[in-house]
Amino acid sequence: MEWLRAMMLPAQGSAFAAEVDFVYMALFWLSVVLFIGIAFPAIYFAWRYRYKPGRVTPHQTHNTLLEIIWSVIPLLLCVGIFFWGLNGWMKYAVAPGEAMEIQVIAKKWLWQFEYPDGSRTVNEIHVPVNKPVRFVMTSEDVLHDFFVPDMRVKHDIVPGRYTEVWFTPTVLGVHHVTCAEYCGKGHSDMQAKLVVDNEVDYAKFVETGGSEWEDYKMNPAAWGKLQYERKGCSTCHTLDGTKIASGGPSWKGIWGKMEKLNNGTEVLVNADYVRESMMLPSAKVVAGFEPIMPTFQGLLREHEIQGLIAFIKSLGNDPNGGPPAPTVLSLPPKPDQKK
Amino acid sequence: MEQSLKFHSKVADLPRPVKNYLNNDPGIWSWMTTIDHKRIGVMYLVGVMSAFLIGGIFALLVRLSLLTTHHTIFGIQVTAEVYNRMFTLHGAIMVFLFIIPSVPAALGNFVLPLMLGAKDVAFPRLNLASFYLWVTGAVMAVASMIIGAVDTGWTFYTPYSTTTSGTVTLMTMAVFVLGFSSIFTGINFVATVHKLRAPGMGWFDMPLFVWGIYSTAIIQVLATPVLGITLVLLALERVFNIGIFDPKIGGDPVLFQHFFWFYSHPAVYIMILPGMAIISELIPTFSKKTMFGYRAVAYSSVSLALLSFIVWGHHMFVAGQSQLATVVFSALTFLVAIPSGVKMFNWLGTMYKGNISLETPMLYAISFLLLFAIGGLTGIFLGTLSVDVHLTDTYFVVAHFHYVMMGGTVIAFIGGVHYWWPKMTGRMYSEKWGAIGCALVFWGFNQTFLTQFFLGSKGMPRRYYNYLDQFQPLHAFSTYGSWILGAGLFLTAINLLASLRKPMDAPDNPWGGTTLEWTTSSPPITHNFEDQPVLERAPYDYRPEVVAHQ
Amino acid sequence: MSTSTADLQHGQGHSDDPHHQHHFADMEQQFDTSKIGMWLFLATEVLLFGGLFVGFGLMQARYPQEFIEAHEHLQRPLGALNTVVLLISSFTMVMGVNAAQRGDKKKLVMFLTLTIICACIFLGVKYFEYSHKFEEHLLPPRWYHAQATDTVRDAQGNVSHGYGTFFAFYFMMTGLHGIHILVGIFLLAWIAVRANRGEFSHAYYTPVDLVGLYWHLVDLIWIYLFPLYYLIK
Repeated sequence: MEWLRAMMLPAQGSAFAAEVDFVYMALFWLSVVLFIGIAFPAIYFAWRYRYKPGRVTPHQTHNTLLEIIWSVIPLLLCVGIFFWGLNGWMKYAVAPGEAMEIQVIAKKWLWQFEYPDGSRTVNEIHVPVNKPVRFVMTSEDVLHDFFVPDMRVKHDIVPGRYTEVWFTPTVLGVHHVTCAEYCGKGHSDMQAKLVVDNEVDYAKFVETGGSEWEDYKMNPAAWGKLQYERKGCSTCHTLDGTKIASGGPSWKGIWGKMEKLNNGTEVLVNADYVRESMMLPSAKVVAGFEPIMPTFQGLLREHEIQGLIAFIKSLGNDPNGGPPAPTVLSLPPKPDQKK
Repeated sequence: MEQSLKFHSKVADLPRPVKNYLNNDPGIWSWMTTIDHKRIGVMYLVGVMSAFLIGGIFALLVRLSLLTTHHTIFGIQVTAEVYNRMFTLHGAIMVFLFIIPSVPAALGNFVLPLMLGAKDVAFPRLNLASFYLWVTGAVMAVASMIIGAVDTGWTFYTPYSTTTSGTVTLMTMAVFVLGFSSIFTGINFVATVHKLRAPGMGWFDMPLFVWGIYSTAIIQVLATPVLGITLVLLALERVFNIGIFDPKIGGDPVLFQHFFWFYSHPAVYIMILPGMAIISELIPTFSKKTMFGYRAVAYSSVSLALLSFIVWGHHMFVAGQSQLATVVFSALTFLVAIPSGVKMFNWLGTMYKGNISLETPMLYAISFLLLFAIGGLTGIFLGTLSVDVHLTDTYFVVAHFHYVMMGGTVIAFIGGVHYWWPKMTGRMYSEKWGAIGCALVFWGFNQTFLTQFFLGSKGMPRRYYNYLDQFQPLHAFSTYGSWILGAGLFLTAINLLASLRKPMDAPDNPWGGTTLEWTTSSPPITHNFEDQPVLERAPYDYRPEVVAHQ
Repeated sequence: MSTSTADLQHGQGHSDDPHHQHHFADMEQQFDTSKIGMWLFLATEVLLFGGLFVGFGLMQARYPQEFIEAHEHLQRPLGALNTVVLLISSFTMVMGVNAAQRGDKKKLVMFLTLTIICACIFLGVKYFEYSHKFEEHLLPPRWYHAQATDTVRDAQGNVSHGYGTFFAFYFMMTGLHGIHILVGIFLLAWIAVRANRGEFSHAYYTPVDLVGLYWHLVDLIWIYLFPLYYLIK
């Protein structure tokens, strides 16, 4: 019946998933049986005892034994199912002591993760396979919810306190994280990637944020475009000149432009300005927009920042405006300058 | 009109009175100042059906937006803000303006005094006040929609609801007013059932519809004030930043959820108990057989009302409540499943060896049995802790509650409207179109919502404007179902309204019912009965010697 | 199903009393039913306030020390005075209902007036209490000013939010109660005017009885509020 399970449920990505699915499928078959047990008599009786003029129906007011049976048996079933669910849930509810802890800060509308070594990522996490991992979560604004369907875990994220979720990933590859507590406009765009790595890849990720950027070394603008999509920029900035309500300026054609700010002054849109806008967004706010952009200080690796600068330049119509954008991605100088 | 008159009561109808409650005292003013429970019931029926139409339109728009990942409706781009308002308004209108008042206020008001052999409810002027409170709440809700609308979801969770723009305060105050409408109806019904039963009618001689409405009224009286104070607290938080739900100044956002669900879980029993109450009328009448297990059904109604107060935390298994609370609420939730199951078996037991005719009300009753079964069984999935973690906040929950609220209450409500239509209007609707309407509704409903169980279990969260491409086929299939459902409901409405153009020639008792409302004319005179009825037989007694003796 | 001609025909039972509503068999049934309706309404009031009591309890468990310190700022003598005033008003209310039962119009109007006076005194005292709180900024967290005696503070010296939360609940609960007193004053005045016009007698005094029930509940709620806020250690 694996095909049926696979049709109804996502891939099994954690140690929990198989057990949860087993309970689910059992309840499914129980429901099928009970449904037939109700639907069949209902339809059969409607046909078998269809109206005949003059027929006298028996005056059956009750049958105590039968009523007791059909109260007690469902009660026993319910008690059994309760304990079965409780059993599985207790495993989910308490994380093992050796679980690696990852901090989660949810905010409208992105996921920020922080590793034990202090490094941070946005909208993407890497975890090593077959090792328990525990997420300690809080929100900076409203309720959110950390839901990883493949892992069968979910928990609300509440501002002002910490909530937790844990699991042991068992399957390599990319799994989906999605917000499951309504949080406003960007609720359905609040997605993250959970990448389950083998030991080697995981170690590499911890050091450099993964190796993917190396494929884009000679094409920074393309790397920047990926960051535009993955880091939440697309939620508030368009590429085609249209304006998003309660968002930010479109990136189309801004490179090399003299942009008017909300304090009346003007600024040249170049690499420095773009970098500053990511790190200190409220320092210079374009006229007609609100100072609502969150800072990406500590959330973007140097090669990601360079990529974004190159990408924005590629959208401009003045390739000669201002100091040049990066043409090759590089890592920052070693250690003292690490963020 | 001889259609469907095979169960015409054996006693010839008394001559049709010239003046009935509809044509006696004509004119808008007499309707607006009426204290006749029947007129108030009719006005409520018009009101809640209008609310159902508006809420239904929002539903169709939501499903249209979800048809593809391009978010266009008839070529117009729908933004996330607009979508969020559409699903919020769909929920808020359906819950507060339609489903909670529907059976008690529109049908209960009309039928309850007749069933008890009374001339009116205990407090007729309070009844009219209830209606005007409903109208006031409706006007406030519509105003809030027009001014800026609300995008919080019908559950108004903090801190989003205390910080978002939009007309949250006005909408929550509209719900506050609607709450009082509901409370006054509840007070009225409890007092009526206690004090205005006909001579000879003890508690266990009452029709089961009365037991259901009575149990509902108890919940209305006890639970609704808690919603009232919760909404006041929400408004104070929004306007004055009073601080009990705001973590930045020492408050607790999860506290709101506890307060909210303390009312809103009993509220769902305010929704389902009257629906079940209707089914308890339809099945014996259309099976021509006494209700199997009358006492069990009566007791189950009251016990559901009481148990409904102690399971609210099952809406919050992953919300951040304590682990102990989570375990206790799961256990209690399984308990509350039992009385509902008992009713199902008793209804089937009533059909067994009955003499069943499949008029439109009975078609709806049988639909209820199938649809509520699915709704109830999927509740088991959600009460099971390990599985709930995966399923909560997904489309699985959306499907579950639509099965119990729509597949349950709304189906029962439509069945009840058809059942009492001849009594209320004096006309018979077309059986053929009634049956076609029921078939379309049944098919459309299942296509729309059965699909959503699979969307949910596959990981599709609820309240989502956007979704992953892999979910598009199921979303599309569900949307097509909504069109069939809409067509069926539309057809049903037309069928009923069209009957109003026919002459008033419905018999007193077209279905062969045994409860007191069928002993008076269709429609009744203003004072309900010519003479005070005295109960001489138990309801649902179809023994030939008793039937002949009427 | 036959309907036998009982002696309670439509139209009958109106007999002498102009207040008799036609759907009731007799005045006694009408009066009993009205009382049931009123008790049910009072139950809703208990649940309305109940939510606030529960909220208070939860916050007290969260901020025990702050609540103890905050409540010292409440003026116990004024609270005690108000308690006495309300108890007197309940007594005068009972006397009023009693007068109505005996058909004594003069006494009824007198006792209703005394009840109203007590209620006004209550609101007057409340005004003084509220003024004091506003002056000292003993207000919900957003406007609360730290008091010298507040001991629960964080590393920067900011007071805990528990103090403001205490006053948030203080104002919400005494405010809601005060609104009920105000509504009660209007109801009492309405009843007094009707009584003065001679509308009540020993045969019909239902509105007096019902307003009396309402008034006793409002008093009872204060009996719970006073110790909870002013006296609890």
